[in-house]
Amino acid sequence: MKTVARIVMWKELRESLRDRRTLLTSLVLGPVFAPLFFILILKLTLARSVAAQDEATPVTIANAAAAPNLVQQLRENGLDVTLRDGTEQEIRGWIADTDGLVVLRIPENFGERFAAGQPAAVVIYADGSNARAERRATRVHQAVAAYSALIGSLRLQARGISPTVARAVVVDNVDVSTPSARATLLLGMLSYVILLVTLLGGLYLAIDATAGERERGSLEALLTVPAAREQLIYGKVAAAAVMMILALALVTVSITAALRYVPLETFGMTANFGPGVAGRVFLVTVPFALIGAGLLTVVASFTRSYKEAQSWLGVVMLVPTVPIAIASVLAVQPTAKLMLVPSLSQHLVIQGLMRGEALPAAWVLLSVASSLLIGWLLGWLAGRLYRREAILG
Amino acid sequence: MLYTVLRPDAGKASVDGIDVIRDPLAARRAIGVLPHSAGIYPQLTARENIAYFGALHGLSGEMLARRVDELIADLEVGDCAGRRAKGFSQGQRIKVALARALVHKPQNLLLDEPSNGLDVMATRALRALILALRAAGHCVLFSSHVMQEVAALCDDIVIIDHGRVVAAGTPVELLAQFSAATLEDAFVAAIGDARGLE
Repeated sequence: MKTVARIVMWKELRESLRDRRTLLTSLVLGPVFAPLFFILILKLTLARSVAAQDEATPVTIANAAAAPNLVQQLRENGLDVTLRDGTEQEIRGWIADTDGLVVLRIPENFGERFAAGQPAAVVIYADGSNARAERRATRVHQAVAAYSALIGSLRLQARGISPTVARAVVVDNVDVSTPSARATLLLGMLSYVILLVTLLGGLYLAIDATAGERERGSLEALLTVPAAREQLIYGKVAAAAVMMILALALVTVSITAALRYVPLETFGMTANFGPGVAGRVFLVTVPFALIGAGLLTVVASFTRSYKEAQSWLGVVMLVPTVPIAIASVLAVQPTAKLMLVPSLSQHLVIQGLMRGEALPAAWVLLSVASSLLIGWLLGWLAGRLYRREAILG
Repeated sequence: MLYTVLRPDAGKASVDGIDVIRDPLAARRAIGVLPHSAGIYPQLTARENIAYFGALHGLSGEMLARRVDELIADLEVGDCAGRRAKGFSQGQRIKVALARALVHKPQNLLLDEPSNGLDVMATRALRALILALRAAGHCVLFSSHVMQEVAALCDDIVIIDHGRVVAAGTPVELLAQFSAATLEDAFVAAIGDARGLE
């Protein structure tokens, strides 16, 4: 980089780092709070679904004395059994009084029929309009069915028949998602957060260095220094890129740290986001920072005031999210061609890294190279724009 | 055009014999400019504002520091040199902008309405400074709407109306040409002539 561009870059960085408001929005708000907020939500969602699974299903059993073995079996199956005797009428009253209560009533003749080898009925009472009660009732039903199947096969064995005769068809469920892939479904938004926070990092510097410089009236003086104009803007683009890379580094670190506090493992998932993955995520996203810096600077160069630049860049910030959104809706699989699309290629590479299914090295290189090229082109375009005298506006 | 921010549609201009179109960088080195909107960077101190332009002019290290100190002393901005420019008065801003224009010791100075928005004392200080620069052998070209200022400072006057030169000469010549008692009358007469009003 030429000296002039370097001087401009350092000055822009120094100015940005001094402005508390810019610093807060560029390097604190985005990199620190966005992932924390995101992970807090993730944690709450996970905690709730984990709780729903692990919760011992409470069930109240009426007339338990008639089927002590069944009650024992249900207890061993992890059901939280409460014994309480009452008539059918009373049971309906309990359910009306207690939210989500499930009652298993064992009729008086249960033992008789059971001993005779006849089907012995039990009755489950639950409020079907209550989602929680419904879920619990299903668990109780399953537990009773398991007991029934167990007794059934024991009876067959006792009569010298193989229990498998009674099982004509067996269904096996195979979940092919790897634990990491399952986590990625939830963490899919994270790559999007990374890209957005990266852009946000350089947003204010890009505005301040172009539209801000013009609005304050210092641009004219700057253009009188004996240096090629494009060198001045290269310095500004470089400064914006440095801020973005800084934000990117901070956000990968904060995500890595924050993910340690998400109980993904208890849910059968692994968050594949250790320091190694974080480092690679950082490296593949750096070229995107260059694109972002070039893009924001070019757009801000067209605007006449800080306000105008802010409203335009608000829209431009959404541009990189479009390919990601489309790809998510269409469930696009990564291909070599898609590596040429900035933001989408970074998204796919990051997703691959987080899944633990890294994309081919050639593709990653393609993503890096194409993004660097586009970033370089945008920087060059910014230089061209600055050579026009209309830049003084 | 002289300080090469804009390109002329036709004709030519030169600074100390340097063609501003053919060699804009050399021309820029030969002039110091105080543009109409003399904005300075609010987050930098006065010293840093000046040093930034010094660095862009190719100064560095010890030489740059010494030059900035000189300017701070010459322009009497010492009291606010270490403060951020955010809260500066218009007078302080103009001084810093002027120091910035002088940082590379240009032979020629181009000031665009430098006394705009200055209070009485600051205006007086500015005039003294311009006279001092003239005495030091610098060529100072400045634009102004204030005729007393022009009368007090100028050796040569060019009256421009709607982008056209309508009169030029020393103050004495102009007074004689329009047989006017004051420069203001001469100015009105010159503009009137140009617009065919009489």
